[in-house]
Amino acid sequence: MQIEASALSVERGGRIIFADLGFRLEAGEALRVNGPNGAGKSTLLKAIAGLLPLAAGKIEIAPASEVRRAELCHYVGHADALKPNLTAFENLAFLAALLVTSAARPGVAAVEAALERLGLSAVADLPAAYLSAGQKRRAGLARLVAVDRPIWLLDEPLTALDAPAQAVILEIMAAHITAGGVIVVATHTDLPIGTADLALGRAAHR
Amino acid sequence: MRTMPNYANPADFLRLVRVAVPGTTAITAILFGIGLYLALLDSPPDYQQGETVRIMYLHVPSAWMAMFIYVVMSSAAFGTLVWRHPLADAVQKSAAPLGTSFTFLCLVTGSLWGKPEWGTWWVWDARLTSVFVLFLIYLGIVALWQVIEDPGKAARLVAIFTLVGAVNIPIIKFSVDWWNTLHQSASVFRMGGPTIAMSMLLPLIFMTFSFTFLFVTLHLLAIRNEILRRRVRRLSMLAASAGEAEVPVIFAEPAE
Amino acid sequence: MKQNGAPLPSPLGALLVRDLKIGRRIGGAASMGVLFFLCLVAITPFAVGPDLALLARIGPAILWIAALLATLLGLDRLFQADAEDGSLDLFLMSDTPLELIVLVKCLAHWLLTGLPLVIASPFFGLMLGLDARALEGVAASLLVGTPALTLIGAIGAALTVSLRRGGLLLAILILPLAIPILIFGVAAASGAMAFLTPFLVLCGLTLAALALTPFAAALALRNGAE
Repeated sequence: MQIEASALSVERGGRIIFADLGFRLEAGEALRVNGPNGAGKSTLLKAIAGLLPLAAGKIEIAPASEVRRAELCHYVGHADALKPNLTAFENLAFLAALLVTSAARPGVAAVEAALERLGLSAVADLPAAYLSAGQKRRAGLARLVAVDRPIWLLDEPLTALDAPAQAVILEIMAAHITAGGVIVVATHTDLPIGTADLALGRAAHR
Repeated sequence: MRTMPNYANPADFLRLVRVAVPGTTAITAILFGIGLYLALLDSPPDYQQGETVRIMYLHVPSAWMAMFIYVVMSSAAFGTLVWRHPLADAVQKSAAPLGTSFTFLCLVTGSLWGKPEWGTWWVWDARLTSVFVLFLIYLGIVALWQVIEDPGKAARLVAIFTLVGAVNIPIIKFSVDWWNTLHQSASVFRMGGPTIAMSMLLPLIFMTFSFTFLFVTLHLLAIRNEILRRRVRRLSMLAASAGEAEVPVIFAEPAE
Repeated sequence: MKQNGAPLPSPLGALLVRDLKIGRRIGGAASMGVLFFLCLVAITPFAVGPDLALLARIGPAILWIAALLATLLGLDRLFQADAEDGSLDLFLMSDTPLELIVLVKCLAHWLLTGLPLVIASPFFGLMLGLDARALEGVAASLLVGTPALTLIGAIGAALTVSLRRGGLLLAILILPLAIPILIFGVAAASGAMAFLTPFLVLCGLTLAALALTPFAAALALRNGAE
């Protein structure tokens, strides 16, 4: 697994968000994207996820596969994709059923295990509306564990989380890297896991 | 390095507009001169409708334009969706208000003609009703243009709606015709056909060409305005970001 | 309650169940649509007078207009909720074609709002003095026609997905396109002529909407979401 982006530029609403941006990640590497507000951190993640068209440049994944890039990526944005009147379990079970691409569907057990890993077992059967902000965030991140995808695109994954929960997420991220996955994370805070840094912002595109 | 002008390039297109508009304006004026003379002075009054028939010389060309402009918009919509070309966006966008206006003119002249002929301002006649529905679709298109902020996104979404409308318009026409015969409206609103006299056909042809050239002229000017408007928008954004850092080269406009 | 070890359902099955659950738990979709339908039927006699003969004559038209409005006015949130909470991004990142996702969402929406209208229509028809033949006609034509309304409306919902106040615009965009459905639906329902011809045309329109909508709506969602 290797992902290489070269000469990326993305345009939204006639405005060029960033231009001529490149990076390269091997299996087991993480990239931390930082930069001031509006520098295009979220835009970059969405572009890698295939949710925004590239105005220029290309993103290549090796080894080449027939699967679309979007289906290799986990994208966790600011919104948690939780339905307030479904329980945490129902939410995650739906997302797992939706996102799994292989023929081997994970069972309900995988969903329960993911909730347990994020410390949500006790609230699994409560409607998502009743969860605290931190619990919602964890429920949103639980799909990283429930569904196996090699490339993780995380937008400020640690916001709204208390210290123990942050530690759990960082553990999960570290485990993913150790297992040969790739992570691109947009965040202002320093991460204790080994990351390369990509600073976005006006000085960044040369 | 270009050897021949590429009119899909906005700068080249602006040059085309500068060259073409005086010509099309002159043609429009001449055609209107002849057409209006034939329609209002030269052609005889109808033996049944009297002078009222002259409204037809405005009504029929407007109806033609209402459909023609929709075809123009649909073609441009196709260009927007397939090639994502900004010029196609501008062609679509600037045609919409013109199409709306010609369709409105068609309805108004139809209504004015209806008062002396049918004794009422409005009749739910099959043709008039179809044009009325087309008018509603045009209004929807204009409304959709207005509410979406991002011009590129607006162009693509409007293009989808325009093409959905294009698929639907024949179905609507068929449905309205069927509905009209079902309810046996008494009105008979026939124009054209092989029985039309030469003295009436000629002004009709001239007026139709006048309207077409009027549209071409106005459309070219409106596309030019749209291109310039986008340029202003981009420069304003540039000015907004210039306060923070040096300007990336990407924003530079080709010199004209 | 939950059986461990059970496999997860297929993506489309899961989506259908999810949307039905959401609709049922909000309690909004199904009951609100029927309530709105009932209110429209209820205000008509106040507008045209309590003359049962007149009401019976225009009854099928009233029921159809009420069904049209009840269907369209509930549609603006069809994709908007998913776009706002990020679910739409995940739809785009799954291997299930967006076209099929659109169809399943339309199916769920129709089961929640269209089908209750069809079931309620004979009862409301009785209040308007319709005879047995007209009651059957209204129910049958609504059964075939309301899916087409949902489908065409879904195109409008996809086009207005990023707009805060998309509801009115959706109706403005879609009502002209729904005219053929209204024409043949009311014609089949009212018995002004033979039932079969307009009914078959209505079936054809529904099938055409079924074929066109997934592509148009999915294209609009892909372009509108970015």
